[in-house]
Amino acid sequence: MAGFVLQRLFQSLLILLGVSIITFVLLYWLPADPVRQIAGRSATPQTVENIRQQLGLDQPLWAQYWRYLTGLVQGDLGRSYLQKTEVSTLIASRLPASLLLMAGAIFAELLIGLSMGIIAALRRGTTTDQSLMIISFIGVSAPQFVVGLLLLYVFAVQLGWFPIGGYGTFSHLVLPSMTLGILGSGWYSRMMRSSMIEVLRQDYVRTARAKGLTRVRVIFRHALPNAILPIVAMIGIDIGIFMGGIVVVESVFGWPGIGQLAWQAIQRVDIPIIMGVTLVSATAIVIGNLLADLISLLIDPRIRTR
Amino acid sequence: MKNLIATTAMAICIALPAAAESYQPDPNAKPGGNIVITYKDDVATLDPAIGYDWQNWSMIKSLFDGLMDYVPGTTDLRPGLAESYTISDDGMVFTFQLRAGVKFHNGREMTAEDVVYSLNRVTNPKTQSPGAGFFWSIKGYDAVASGDAETLEGVTAIDPSTVQIELSRPDATFLHVMALNFASVVPQEAVEAAGDDFGKKPVGTGAFSLGDWTIGQSLVFAKNQDYWRDGIPYLDQITFEVGQEPIVALLRLQNGEVDVPGDGIPPAKFQEVMADPAQADRVVEGGQLHTGYITLNTQMPPFDNAVVRRAVNMAINKERIIQIINGRAVPATQPLPPSMPGYTDGYAGYAFDPEAAKAMLADAGFADGFETELYVMNTDPNPRIAQAIQQDLASIGITAGIKSLAQANVIAAGGEADQAPMIWSGGMAWIADFPDAANFYGPILGCSGAVQGGWNWSWYCNEALDAKSTEADAIVDPGRADERLEMWSEIYMEIMEDAPWVPVFNEQRYTMKSARMGGADALYVDPVSIPVNYDYVFVTD
Repeated sequence: MAGFVLQRLFQSLLILLGVSIITFVLLYWLPADPVRQIAGRSATPQTVENIRQQLGLDQPLWAQYWRYLTGLVQGDLGRSYLQKTEVSTLIASRLPASLLLMAGAIFAELLIGLSMGIIAALRRGTTTDQSLMIISFIGVSAPQFVVGLLLLYVFAVQLGWFPIGGYGTFSHLVLPSMTLGILGSGWYSRMMRSSMIEVLRQDYVRTARAKGLTRVRVIFRHALPNAILPIVAMIGIDIGIFMGGIVVVESVFGWPGIGQLAWQAIQRVDIPIIMGVTLVSATAIVIGNLLADLISLLIDPRIRTR
Repeated sequence: MKNLIATTAMAICIALPAAAESYQPDPNAKPGGNIVITYKDDVATLDPAIGYDWQNWSMIKSLFDGLMDYVPGTTDLRPGLAESYTISDDGMVFTFQLRAGVKFHNGREMTAEDVVYSLNRVTNPKTQSPGAGFFWSIKGYDAVASGDAETLEGVTAIDPSTVQIELSRPDATFLHVMALNFASVVPQEAVEAAGDDFGKKPVGTGAFSLGDWTIGQSLVFAKNQDYWRDGIPYLDQITFEVGQEPIVALLRLQNGEVDVPGDGIPPAKFQEVMADPAQADRVVEGGQLHTGYITLNTQMPPFDNAVVRRAVNMAINKERIIQIINGRAVPATQPLPPSMPGYTDGYAGYAFDPEAAKAMLADAGFADGFETELYVMNTDPNPRIAQAIQQDLASIGITAGIKSLAQANVIAAGGEADQAPMIWSGGMAWIADFPDAANFYGPILGCSGAVQGGWNWSWYCNEALDAKSTEADAIVDPGRADERLEMWSEIYMEIMEDAPWVPVFNEQRYTMKSARMGGADALYVDPVSIPVNYDYVFVTD
């Protein structure tokens, strides 16, 4: 077990190193000159060269990367070109908001997805089942920008149940969580449905029924816990999907997380921020996958022997 | 504009008392209140030496002051921290008399030494100020810019309330330069205490001071109770909420939660807002010092041929392009916008005449047209405008492929001599740094901008015009200001003859405000403070 974990940790570090190299090289090749961006349109060539030298951007690619990497291992993500602040400060001040949103979204997607999946499985083959699966299909396919604005318009503007974007209270959290959650709920409802159908076929469920237990008790006490386990392991993998989703959802709802930070930085070609957010997201995804593996391992010890 | 010339003229002869041109505040204005302004993007920095986007420009104006300033809602210069000033007869020495009793937000009194420190700081390469180049005319600038000196030779504190600035060359725009945010006066001890973070902990002499700043969420400006202009500002507090999409900001405004959406009315909602009288009533329209244009790369065939460039000028249907942006602009005939001094009244520009354009192309040897590329920034409405241009070009036989890229990539392509044959400037167009004709020439049409990484995307370099511009800007005698503007008018007319640009439109500004906002309309379309002049607006409830 410990060996497996160590091996995965080592692999994770390699992945992160690879991500940092690829992102760094891609940003280096970008046909936009960050120094010009900082220097502004009225700068003289001399000012531009000065800034280039001070930022070390006149160095060759490998030297720049090496400097970045040595900073990185000491926890230094560099300074934002345009915001003139430490990237680590910017990310640290925004990370809690993103984590909160992610927790809300996981709750929302499990709540919607699992309920839909259970109902569909129990009503298998009926119109209810089919309609739920169509709804989940729409949920998976709908662009989050549209879903977000739609929810905002109906529930915040028209009905006034929730604030129109922003951050701070629980009611601020509901709509962005739902927007992110609707996407994931589509997957979960499908997985839950097949997992539930699978479990309902098992002998122990038949035994439970034969014992004369109520339907509710059979479903919630015997079938559900077994059907849910393989799905919980998927949450770790979800983090990757969320990292993409928060960029859009945080912008729509004015949610002050790292997704919004990334979106603004991309528009302004603020390379240190783009690098920083990419690495933080990659780390989150790697950790998520690691957790998913570990949970699978705990659920199904056979994985260990593979 | 006549006002500007007149005031400068007076200033040269006598030390001008500030009261002579003070702004007449609204008699109904009442102090107090807190307003909410929204923005999509984070505020990058509030360091006056660094901040150079339209969002932080007006915020910095309210936190800091420079020696010169503008009369609110106009482009007329007035003294700021300088109570008065004199200019030597040859226009080479400016002597500013500072106001007494002006205090920084930290309580210390501002002195001439602070002015000297601030100018040394902004020009020092270590500061990395994007505005350092504006101070080129101060004596000793080159030595500081190259790192050979730490202090500007030409700037001296004669006594605690007098600053003298000596120039190396006459510069007719110098008072405007001293009104730029880059020339704001900052306290040395606060700059040094904040280290690299002065942009997050600004201390100035302005009408407001920075209160709380929650990064990524909001900033609060609090009224400076000791502000040196009596009765200003009116508002107790301004809250800037960032990270708000324009469409969401509009919904919140309609809901009474926001007073001014800083990013304006989203284009998709513009017609809906203007069609509703109750909302349209709260929209203020005004001109701005902006021109949207197509650059034609004069170093890339076939645009190296002036006849081809003139033909393209005649092929573009400007009215139709303005329709694409819901009529939020007026057609442009020349590089300068109409509200800029030096604009040539009565010049009609190239007429829209595709038939004649086609004939001209044929004469130039392109009877069958040619293929080219049009670069454009990839955010709405620019790709749609590019399509309209593409169709116009097709009507005279030119096949233009559209290259729709991120802003930085278009700017990068424009800065290479052989990359972008045509660029539509939308989203990156020139908006004047200060209201003077010279500001539309050097970087975007002069030889100095036609360098790698420059902003002269036409790569147009006319040595004779460069010489003429230098000659014009050497005319510092206010008595000859009209002569100077006449020269600038001629320069732009000669540019139109060479046709390196197709001037397309001058965008209008539309600022929406909540019903409780008070103050003259001009404050909401202030040419130097976008979206509004924070110091002079007030609330009525």
